Amino acid sequence: MSDTPSATAEMKSPKSQAAEKGLVNVQIDGVWHQFPKGTRMIEACRQAEVIVPHYCYHPKLTSPGNCRMCLVQIGMPPRPAPGQEAPLDENGYEAIVWTPRPVIACANTVSENMGIRTRGDLVEKCREGVMEFLLINHPLDCPICDQAGECRLQEQSVQHGRGISRFVDMKVKKPKNVDIGPRIRLDDERCIMCSRCIRFMDEVAGDPVLGFTQRGTHTTLTVHPDRLLDSNYSLNTADICPVGALTSNDFRFQMRVWFLKETPTIDVNCGTGTNITVWTRENKIHRITPRLNDEVNSAWMPDSHRLNFHFIDSEARLTEPLTRITDTPSATFQPITWNSAISHAAAQTKAIPAAQTAIIASGRMTNEELFLTRTLAAEIGTHHLSLVPRFADADALLVAADRNPNTTGAKMIFGTDDPYEKLDSIRDGVRNGSIRSLIILGEDVITDANFTDTDLGKLDFLLQTSVLANPTANQAQIVLPSAAFAEKRGSMVNLSGRLQRLNRAVEPQGQSHDDWEILRDFILALSGDKNEVYHIEDVFKALAENVTAFNGLTLSKIGHQGIEIVDTGYQIPLLTNERARQAAGLING
Amino acid sequence: MAIVKLQRPKLNFGEKIYFGALIKGFFLTMSHAIKTLRGKSVGAESLASSGLGITMQFPEQRWDEHMPEYYRGAPALVTDEQGRERCVSCQLCEFICPPKAIKITPSEIPSDDPWAKVEKRPLEFDIDMIRCIYCGMCEEVCPEQAIYLRKDYLITGLKRADMVHDKKKLYEIGGTRVGLVNKWNELK
Repeated sequence: MSDTPSATAEMKSPKSQAAEKGLVNVQIDGVWHQFPKGTRMIEACRQAEVIVPHYCYHPKLTSPGNCRMCLVQIGMPPRPAPGQEAPLDENGYEAIVWTPRPVIACANTVSENMGIRTRGDLVEKCREGVMEFLLINHPLDCPICDQAGECRLQEQSVQHGRGISRFVDMKVKKPKNVDIGPRIRLDDERCIMCSRCIRFMDEVAGDPVLGFTQRGTHTTLTVHPDRLLDSNYSLNTADICPVGALTSNDFRFQMRVWFLKETPTIDVNCGTGTNITVWTRENKIHRITPRLNDEVNSAWMPDSHRLNFHFIDSEARLTEPLTRITDTPSATFQPITWNSAISHAAAQTKAIPAAQTAIIASGRMTNEELFLTRTLAAEIGTHHLSLVPRFADADALLVAADRNPNTTGAKMIFGTDDPYEKLDSIRDGVRNGSIRSLIILGEDVITDANFTDTDLGKLDFLLQTSVLANPTANQAQIVLPSAAFAEKRGSMVNLSGRLQRLNRAVEPQGQSHDDWEILRDFILALSGDKNEVYHIEDVFKALAENVTAFNGLTLSKIGHQGIEIVDTGYQIPLLTNERARQAAGLING
Repeated sequence: MAIVKLQRPKLNFGEKIYFGALIKGFFLTMSHAIKTLRGKSVGAESLASSGLGITMQFPEQRWDEHMPEYYRGAPALVTDEQGRERCVSCQLCEFICPPKAIKITPSEIPSDDPWAKVEKRPLEFDIDMIRCIYCGMCEEVCPEQAIYLRKDYLITGLKRADMVHDKKKLYEIGGTRVGLVNKWNELK
């Protein structure tokens, strides 16, 4: 009997059991949990799925404890008299004596045998009091405020507010509609002094330009007199602002958030592969916000990447397959059907020997598209296959030097260490006439790869797939409209070797097709085979069978947080910073 | 057990040939016909009769002045006594509208406008009157007292586009409404 698990457990107290694992026992709303020592109470509550309303606390920032919204009641076992043992209950826990004074959950840590109450009269009264103070000077701007619908103050005031103000004096006037930076608008009357934005700019963005001036009810958030809030990470302050004090100029008055549909996907502007949420209504993207992923971008994203979506429904967008009317000297195009575009392209490609044909693909293509590109090269029988490199300065946070989002995927699928290697030889080939046919997939080689109009003019055949009209497409015989990043499904591998998934947030515009469908149709037109690939899942399946790193995976297995499939040794600088702050005990979210 | 047998009422001979009831009905109809011809129909006055019976000769005759206070006609936007358009395009009516008749395009008020402090107003405000069901939810949900159901009920058009009330038309129907809460006053 004595060696059954229950009997063994009885011998050891919960305290010593937890201590063996470096944990402490904490009772939250009557239920016992175990947390590591040093966990903030608010984090413990979050892990126990108990909601503690808060404004100033953010898991990725330090806790100044200035909003007072997260007040909870705590209790500890009383200290026994000398020589006495503390009485234990039937489960081995000491009795908790509740303190009459509440404490803030965000800046206090848990300890052994502690009790936390997030409900009850005391806590409710505290929240009501704090809400009443916060609402004293808050303007009745909700109908014109962009934050309405995702505003913490609105939510908590529904839950803990009074409905009617007891305050008879005038509300304090503060600057409204202040232009503090190129992408951010400040409304000081709405600010509740949580200081999240100040801490973000200081701790994460490393550009401490924000601060408070004045005192008491006149406290005003402001930007340093000689500076602007112009960091490339400034829009994150609008994301973390719990009220509508900081709002995005780009999204200002565009659409109320309750109309928007959220699609989790990834950013394609650099090799980091920032996780994002795309917010759409009726096939139009209204904004993009970062999505939490502790292995990629934490909770942040750069403004340059965030705002790069307006091209999707711009004037330059290609919406139907075009063919060049060759008789006229200036480039004029006329729309044709997909069927004839693909069959023309196939006939022209077949007419030129494989050795004189080259393919320039893009590092912005998904794994599936790159795999089909490889198949296409094999079908044609050419070895002239390259991507277009896209390098620029990295910042010390999230923006990687490699601005192609899928270089790692291309390396694995093409089985080479340098997928950009052959670009120069293709360019030379075009110039000296040894390459007469060029298939360009999603790239603008005139702008990005040092080709010129004269170079491309020498070609007998140029096929271009593209999202937007561009100088290269202007030289092409056939232009096929493809899908933008928010319009397609697929997967990419970021610089740190994480396989992540793109999801379709909006339908492709006009008649444009998914890139993988264009490639599939083109390959079938060249080979004359019968189609057996109907879904992107089928392409991924073929990819998983052919490339070792993808073995056993499917698109759905990737999930919204991605899977690490290869160790490249690349460190995302922002995560390194964050882990250092975590190790220093500054944050523990 | 669920079947209950009912005994039909026993009719006598007079009732069986139903001739008496027929004549009774005929006299009732005739008495109303004579009252109508003499201009003495019941309720003719309260129902705005045109003189013959209680029939109103629409559209020559309207029943506008008899309309109750709570009548729900076409929804329209109103301006206040200062001439400010009250709508700030919060889009709550668009959200609440059960048949999705309302479409709003918000815009920012330029800084040189006298009402620049309101910051936001509709650029376009369309109500599709083919869809509108006159439920009054938009009026109820409006936090700015900007949209009201007026007494206009003659919404006609020759094509679908005619049936969409744009912002100009909505202000034309709505007109000015006084005595509303003046939230955007000089203290704001």
